[in-house]
Amino acid sequence: MHRVAIIGSGPAGLSAAAHAAALGLDHVLIEKTDHLSDTIYKYQKGKHVMATPAQLVLRSDLDFAAGKREVILGAWNEGTEGHKVNVLMEAEVVAVTGQAGDFTISIKGKPDVKAETIVLGIGTQGNPNRMRCPVDDNATVQYTLDDPAEYIDEHITVIGGGDAGIENALGLIADPEQRNTVTLVNIGADFPTAKDANVKLLMAAEAEGRMTVMRETNTAAIGADTITFDARDGSVTVPCNRTIARIGSAPPRAFVEACCASFEDKDGRKSVVPGTGVQFASADRISYPKLTPTFESTVPGIFVIGALAGYPLIKHCMNQGYDVIEFIAGNTALKPADEPILEQKFSGLPRGLARTDDVTGWLDYLREHVEILHDLSPLQMREFMLDSEIAAFAAGETIFRRNDPGSSLFAVAAGAVAVEVAPGTDVMIGESSIFGEVGLISGRRRGSTVRAAKPCVLLEIPRSAALKLMSQVPAVKRTIIRISTERQLLQMFGSGLTPADLADVMTHSEIKQIKAGEAILVEGDEGRDIYVVRSGSMIVEKKVGGKPIFLSYLPAGSYVGEMALIDGGTRTATVRAAIRSEVLRIDGDAFAALLQKHPALLERATRDMAARRQVNGFIEDRKADFGGAVDMYSSVANFLIENGIGEATDVLLIDEKLCVGCDNCEKACADSHEGLSRLDREAGRTYAHLHVPTSCRHCEHPHCMADCPPNAIHRGPDGEVFVDDSCIGCGNCARNCPYGVIRLDKVPPKKPGLLSWLLFGRGPGPGEPSHKWSHDNMPAGVEKPKKAIKCDMCSGIDGGPACVRACPTGAAIRVAPEEFLTVARLGAER
Amino acid sequence: MATRSDRKQVRRSGAVLHDSFLRHRNWRWAKIASLLCLVLILIYAFDNPIPRPEGDTVYGYTLGTIGFGLILWLTALGIRKRRMSPGVWSLKAWTSAHVWLGLSLVVIGTLHTGFHFGWNVHTLAYALMMLVILSGLFGVAVYASLPSRLSENRGELTETQMLEGLRAIDRQLHSAAQPLNARAAGVIQASLDEDAFGGGLRARLRSGKLDNATTRAEHDLRTMAGEIPADALARLLSLLSQKHGLVAQLQRHLRLRAILEIWLYVHVPSTIALIAALIAHVVSVFFYW
Repeated sequence: MHRVAIIGSGPAGLSAAAHAAALGLDHVLIEKTDHLSDTIYKYQKGKHVMATPAQLVLRSDLDFAAGKREVILGAWNEGTEGHKVNVLMEAEVVAVTGQAGDFTISIKGKPDVKAETIVLGIGTQGNPNRMRCPVDDNATVQYTLDDPAEYIDEHITVIGGGDAGIENALGLIADPEQRNTVTLVNIGADFPTAKDANVKLLMAAEAEGRMTVMRETNTAAIGADTITFDARDGSVTVPCNRTIARIGSAPPRAFVEACCASFEDKDGRKSVVPGTGVQFASADRISYPKLTPTFESTVPGIFVIGALAGYPLIKHCMNQGYDVIEFIAGNTALKPADEPILEQKFSGLPRGLARTDDVTGWLDYLREHVEILHDLSPLQMREFMLDSEIAAFAAGETIFRRNDPGSSLFAVAAGAVAVEVAPGTDVMIGESSIFGEVGLISGRRRGSTVRAAKPCVLLEIPRSAALKLMSQVPAVKRTIIRISTERQLLQMFGSGLTPADLADVMTHSEIKQIKAGEAILVEGDEGRDIYVVRSGSMIVEKKVGGKPIFLSYLPAGSYVGEMALIDGGTRTATVRAAIRSEVLRIDGDAFAALLQKHPALLERATRDMAARRQVNGFIEDRKADFGGAVDMYSSVANFLIENGIGEATDVLLIDEKLCVGCDNCEKACADSHEGLSRLDREAGRTYAHLHVPTSCRHCEHPHCMADCPPNAIHRGPDGEVFVDDSCIGCGNCARNCPYGVIRLDKVPPKKPGLLSWLLFGRGPGPGEPSHKWSHDNMPAGVEKPKKAIKCDMCSGIDGGPACVRACPTGAAIRVAPEEFLTVARLGAER
Repeated sequence: MATRSDRKQVRRSGAVLHDSFLRHRNWRWAKIASLLCLVLILIYAFDNPIPRPEGDTVYGYTLGTIGFGLILWLTALGIRKRRMSPGVWSLKAWTSAHVWLGLSLVVIGTLHTGFHFGWNVHTLAYALMMLVILSGLFGVAVYASLPSRLSENRGELTETQMLEGLRAIDRQLHSAAQPLNARAAGVIQASLDEDAFGGGLRARLRSGKLDNATTRAEHDLRTMAGEIPADALARLLSLLSQKHGLVAQLQRHLRLRAILEIWLYVHVPSTIALIAALIAHVVSVFFYW
């Protein structure tokens, strides 16, 4: 019986084991593979690993500083040996049973391990899915490919047509000298989950005969040196020395939930009895186990740390490893390593508000005084405070102005603020409530100016932290959605409405998710409901002469559908989602009742309607004058929407009737940004001479922000989405971007000046230097990590985007979609 | 129904729509240049210098100074284009001013001569200036006409992608030609060995029907139909015709790009020669004053 068993030897588990060893605790570290820290081990060779956040002190018995993968792994291996950590390698845990003081850990093919407490540090990567077909004992089946250059003269079968499988297969045939015979097996006819570029390369390799691709094929059996497939045309057996299976992975959640759970039979399947096992905060995909401040899960004696606990950064993980062992050893008074950071945050606040003016006192105060934080655990409070800021404001001070960019959520911890909904009209928001939530939902600019009405203490929660909170605590989500919907309606309709007026409308409304391309209104249909675009965007089309003509573009924060309600009759145009969107559907009758009670609102809606009718008339007129121009405008608009302009806030467009291909835009970009260009002029889609180059669109909901471990991607003061210096170069953003506009590269050395190039030919000249020049001129001994490079809209550079300023012919412009996609453009057409 | 909430976005500045450098800000520089020319011509017409209109009258010196200053400023576009300094400047506005004010030099320079020409350094400077302006006019013409053709020709392919595509076809040709006899393989090898884009400037600018190792291989292979297995022949012919198409596309692409750039090889050196001649012109004028 061990005092503590640590499952998983990543940064968290390793640090925990080292500390247990240092304290002399009886422990065992259980690792699935034959090496420590598999996730870091699988980083590419020579990768520079970052140590963020910089202000957090490292508390661990192992060393860790930014550096090369090999150095870090070396230091950890040495440290593990030096502390005489008891490691059990190649041990895959299949089940955990028992209770605190007497856990049994079942290990595949090895005797069980007994422990009093368990620390789970298994990360979120999960286990690769295994081959289900019969596999011969002598067959070589692997689930990863570390170095494709290792294998020579082999028959290799790669199973799986996702990116991992395709990239592996391409890697294996990259060098013909290896003489490998490679077969890629895909279960379907197409490769829907793989990136387009990868599929193209695969098709080319197949056409060149460098690889065999088997479609609509299942693997029936793997022999010692053959493999048998169930292909469309029957069973096929081919030689095979090595099988590489890349058929996805199962997230570890099911395993974690099953730990010490009781099971019941439900619909013929074994499922966990609710309330037993390690419970998660919600059913949401990005949900984490419920934990106490000492990382203990809902099963007493099982502790969860590291990425699985919601901390993806190495330093956090290592600190938690240390802390959790301290807690298990009985040191419950230990302050977390983030204590100094939190102390710093709370230091400038007015005294006497919280029970005690220390971190615990303030955390308790916030939890009690802010509505959305009521249900948070102390651990969640700490974590979320690390990301958030808290500050005191004097009466009259401006918090933010209308049209300021910003997507953070504010909560009033004390005092009150005044929101200027119209010039001279203020709405008060008091203690415990929130504001700024519209930016949270749509990512657009601030809708009104907010000032401190009296001295107040405000909590600013960044968008990512707020979204995480919403997914973890359902009550937070409900509250925010209720408040934000109500406010959005008030702001949109104005006309002196109060929250009380909206009560009836609110109860008769629902939030709906709309898929891209799906219509919410269809021309000619009956219906009186009103739709409010909460996020995403819509396009309005009208059939003229049997063809859909693009009428207008509706960004988030618009409403649609009032015409049929006020005038009666059928829908006069079709409205469909440009991208995945969220709308609020308001019952027509409830809204009609509201209109009746509020003549000002009716007048307002009628006015809006008149403007819209003008657009309709305009299109009809033009159609008669020059039908071709309308068709052209309509199809160009559709092309732009297809290319993601619907979710853009600012996009670079090139008129290829003017572009002479001088690439001065790229050169200007590189010379304005450390020598690296963030745009590829030539690449990208073109329609009717309108070219959308490979360059950031500054999406309304940036896909790149979704999964950034150090939270290094933000929306800046001009609405630009930018990467800050804490980037660790993991490449998640580049993978998540659907438009391929982010790349990872090293900053090149400084070039000689322009005149010395112009007059004496020194240096590589304007634009991005070649890799060779950068390599040859890199100062000796300087190791620069690769970082994510993307357009920042030249924020902070006087004069604005360099690509546009540097275009000699006027081919390059930057626009917001709603400016470009207006019928006004038709009149201005050359 | 399409009604936006009452929210106006703050834009930094600049035109929302595409606007070419020629018509920048509603032909601002064309108007300024025309006005300048008109005023100068009127003054010339009403001025009655003794003994005759020439460079060394007061008006002549004025025109000369304006012209020389303008030429130096126009030359500075080359530096402006490459200096990515911050600040509110637009290269498009510079290009617009460069083109229209550059054209006004025809009037300024000609009036400055007083229509006196001879075989001397002064007329040399004038001739060089006209050469620069003519080459610039050619540049404006191709900038106006070729970009859309460049865009149509390349479709959505980049130059790198076209070159990569060519290499991929070559690799496929190489493997598809393995079972062939020596004669047929030689024909394919010739297509593989040929650099379709060599041959200097004239070849680069030539347009018209392709005649190279690839088109010859297509032709020759058809005559050898009996010697080659039918499926291999079909595959080779399809690959050759793909390569033929891609080479033609790339040649058109490179030709258009060459034309878009070639005039600069006249424009820029003759500008430098012009400045040298102008210095000689000014020095000699003052020397003999």
